[in-house]
Amino acid sequence: MRPENYEAQRQPPSNEYELNFGPNHPGIEGNYALKVKLHGDVVIEANADGGYLHRGFEKLMEQRLWIQNIALVPRICVPDPSPMELCYSMAVEQLCGLVVPKRAQWIRVLQLELSRIAAHLFTFGGHAATTGMYSTMYWGVTDRDLLLDLFEEFTGGRVYSIYNIPGGVRRELPPGFLQRVTETLDYIESRLPDYDNLFFKNQVFVRRAKGVGVMTREQALAWGVTGPNLRATGLAFDVRRDDPYQVYDQLEFEIPTEESGDAWARTLVRRHELMESIRILRQVIDALPDIHGSIRAPIPNPLAWNVPAGETYTRVESSKGELCYYVVSDGGPKPYRVHVRGPSSMHAVQVLEKLAIGSRIEDIAQTMFSLDACPPEVDR
Amino acid sequence: MKDPTQNSKLKTQNSVLIEHSDSGSILSPLKALQFLARKPVTVPLEPRPAAANYRGFHLNDNEKCIGCSSCQKVCDNAAITMVKVPHLPEDPVNGIRNLRPAIDYGRCCWCALCVDICPTSAISLSREYVHICTQEEIDSYFILPDETGIHGEFYGQGWQKSVDSDLLDLERQPMAEVEPAARIDNFDEIVNGYTDQQALIEASRCVQCGMCHDACPTHMDAPEYIRAIWQGKPEEAVRWIYQSNPFSHVCGRVCTHRCEDACSIGRRGQPVSIRWLKRYAMDSVDHQRVKEIAAEGKVDYLSGRRIAVIGAGPAGLTAAYDLVRKGHEVSVFEARSHAGGMPRYGIPEYRLPYEILDRDIDVITSLGVKIQTNTRVGNDIGMDQLQADFDAVVLAIGLHLGRSTRIPGAEHKQVSKAVDLLRNITDGEKFKLPKQAVVIGGGNVAMDIARSIARLQKQRFGEVKVTVTALEDKAHFLADPVEIKECSEEGIEIFDARGPQECIVEKGQLKGLRTWKVRSIFDEQGRFAPAYDESDELVHEGDMIIEAIGQMSDVSILGEQLTEELEWNRGRIQVDDNGHTSVDWLWAAGDCVKGPDVVHAVADGHRVAASIERWLSGRQK
Repeated sequence: MRPENYEAQRQPPSNEYELNFGPNHPGIEGNYALKVKLHGDVVIEANADGGYLHRGFEKLMEQRLWIQNIALVPRICVPDPSPMELCYSMAVEQLCGLVVPKRAQWIRVLQLELSRIAAHLFTFGGHAATTGMYSTMYWGVTDRDLLLDLFEEFTGGRVYSIYNIPGGVRRELPPGFLQRVTETLDYIESRLPDYDNLFFKNQVFVRRAKGVGVMTREQALAWGVTGPNLRATGLAFDVRRDDPYQVYDQLEFEIPTEESGDAWARTLVRRHELMESIRILRQVIDALPDIHGSIRAPIPNPLAWNVPAGETYTRVESSKGELCYYVVSDGGPKPYRVHVRGPSSMHAVQVLEKLAIGSRIEDIAQTMFSLDACPPEVDR
Repeated sequence: MKDPTQNSKLKTQNSVLIEHSDSGSILSPLKALQFLARKPVTVPLEPRPAAANYRGFHLNDNEKCIGCSSCQKVCDNAAITMVKVPHLPEDPVNGIRNLRPAIDYGRCCWCALCVDICPTSAISLSREYVHICTQEEIDSYFILPDETGIHGEFYGQGWQKSVDSDLLDLERQPMAEVEPAARIDNFDEIVNGYTDQQALIEASRCVQCGMCHDACPTHMDAPEYIRAIWQGKPEEAVRWIYQSNPFSHVCGRVCTHRCEDACSIGRRGQPVSIRWLKRYAMDSVDHQRVKEIAAEGKVDYLSGRRIAVIGAGPAGLTAAYDLVRKGHEVSVFEARSHAGGMPRYGIPEYRLPYEILDRDIDVITSLGVKIQTNTRVGNDIGMDQLQADFDAVVLAIGLHLGRSTRIPGAEHKQVSKAVDLLRNITDGEKFKLPKQAVVIGGGNVAMDIARSIARLQKQRFGEVKVTVTALEDKAHFLADPVEIKECSEEGIEIFDARGPQECIVEKGQLKGLRTWKVRSIFDEQGRFAPAYDESDELVHEGDMIIEAIGQMSDVSILGEQLTEELEWNRGRIQVDDNGHTSVDWLWAAGDCVKGPDVVHAVADGHRVAASIERWLSGRQK
């Protein structure tokens, strides 16, 4: 006697199985996992499984003074922390009506582009490692270290620079610093052909990456994809140019795009962005010596700082895509609400879940690294 | 926002040529063989000096650090704990605590906000970045840094406070004052008070270290009321103020502000204007509401005890305020026509308007304190009568007798005491206004009388002719620097380091004061023994000489028997730490036992009231 609405539980075919991909896996970026269902070694279903970071950045920010959050926000994206600092600072500046001095704006761009180069080098390294090319990883990490040396010199911290502050930046550049930036950029530029030979033109990489994780421009727009991932579908959209902040409107640079929308295209866009970042930095280095003045607008005593009530939405172009902060103040000494729209919160969840389907298990890592997803932006 | 897909400009912008055809060959990686000959990119693992700006482990200059705990407050990870270091000095009056920051490196994120906020710039970060400890000594992550760093080895200073990174606002909000030309011919209040906006900004400068609380004689909750002002809650501020000071209007105007001397912001900048903020809070709340706030916490029963207070000045009325809140019946006996004591009869109206003082007194009387003016104890009512009628008596008679220099000619009728003249001015009594006055003294009273006489001269004669001669040199003046500045603005001449020698009297007429240059004031034992340079003599002409060299109490009211019974200490009544005299039922408070200002008198009033309360609770009715 079975009820009418009885349905036998569907038993998976014996050749289908589930696999926990991560959180401890070399093919995963950071503390993150995918629960994948496989048919043979082809993915038929993928579910993003975040929550391993358990920090709750957004909630934490509500418990801290406005100034204290400048030390917290860089942790939302470790490889590329500078846009986080900037975007938060911009939000507070908008709420307070602070006008950032010109010199600070130029220094901020310097920091942002250095951070972008460092982030891309790091990503290439990780990406190459997923295809077994560990030399690229060693090179990428080593060359990134040269940039971290620069960060150490002018911000005081190698990874978490904590250099932006609402109103400007915390320190003047050390003497002779721009010269050392030039030297490092020259060196990085001279290395690019080596990278091309070792990685970007390497058939091991090309054959592994081409045609993997393909998304069309329509899909990308529907899924909220931004940054290099969107540009890899042929759409030249970049916040730096289309909604300029700081002094990007005074700088000349191109928005590299690719058409094929696959893992290879995404990686290549980043490779070209390296050159554009170097180009921007050279303009900044030329301009900075002639821009004088203070580096920070005066702000009240941070222990007694009521930010005027209101809400604001700021966005910048991080190395991962469009990074946005939605900040609400109730006029008190702490934010009422901070929402972080990290680009990876789309790339690592809805995009990765869909792109993984149909690919082979070993290509999941290709897809994830080519999306350059940063899990803390999901677990925020 | 524009739709990026519809923007043709974006589509055509793709100008970067990417060589799709030359994707390389499978042999491309072999080009890397050339690197075999290059130096390896890895470097030997050995300590490398960090950058000059590096944010490494903390350093703290124990000499500079005052233990204000601002670093602890700004620390976003609660990594800093203030630890007592017993061998370091503790000096609340000068704003120094022996607390020092200890850092939990399990929590620290090296953001260096502690450095950027430090009021003294004592704390900084080093270039040291390696610290290893074993499981057994896991506590070694919790470190009290000193100027040598955490390993007792100096690795060089890293991130330090710079002008760019300083997070404190070191400049106080300017206080608007009436211009000298507009104020010299009247007794209108000089200081205008802060606007709402100014008060908010000034209050926001505070780092809530509480040094002011420790330094204040009556331990006012300044950090709390400053915070309340900053939060836009003046009523809350008044509530905090009345926790410890019923003379808030007075102290908001004429307090000697020990708090500001101890303020940690004052270490490198201008201290927070705590006094003006108190004034702002008091002025911005309706008087009726202030009375309601002051009545909060008053017991709703009568204890049946009766207490007499002699003298309606700050000490006496503060004791009365405290005692009446405990349900006791308090009667205050005041010899003069108005209550207020020295703030009324000693402080000129341009510094403290009488109407403002009356508000403070009104709050106290509204709680049930009875003030009998024109009642001089000793004449109108005897001490024995008070002893019989009341459970306890508080003596708070102040210092209303001026001291004399006793130099030749000082007994001339045109040689007056500053306190007497100030009292005459307050009461509106007539006296012979000098065309040219010479004041002896360098304290606030000297400045008060000089400036009061100057105003009267301006009103009557149209010009100011007042000379002040002080024993001290300018660097050691006892008067408030602001007073000296304003004196000069008002056309009063100040001669420093001048010792009075003689009031020159010719044919019964006072001609002036002869002074000698002072070489030193104290002898080697630190006793008062001025030494003069007789060759440097000046004669300051004047038809009146005013002595403002100190005051004493009129203890004649006590009567012979009580005077005999009491213990004395160099002319002052001997009291214990609680203001209790050697006579069981008698307490003494305020200037008559120790000075020198309103806020000390208020503190004394509280102390005596608490002592009486304890004493009464241990006694049968």
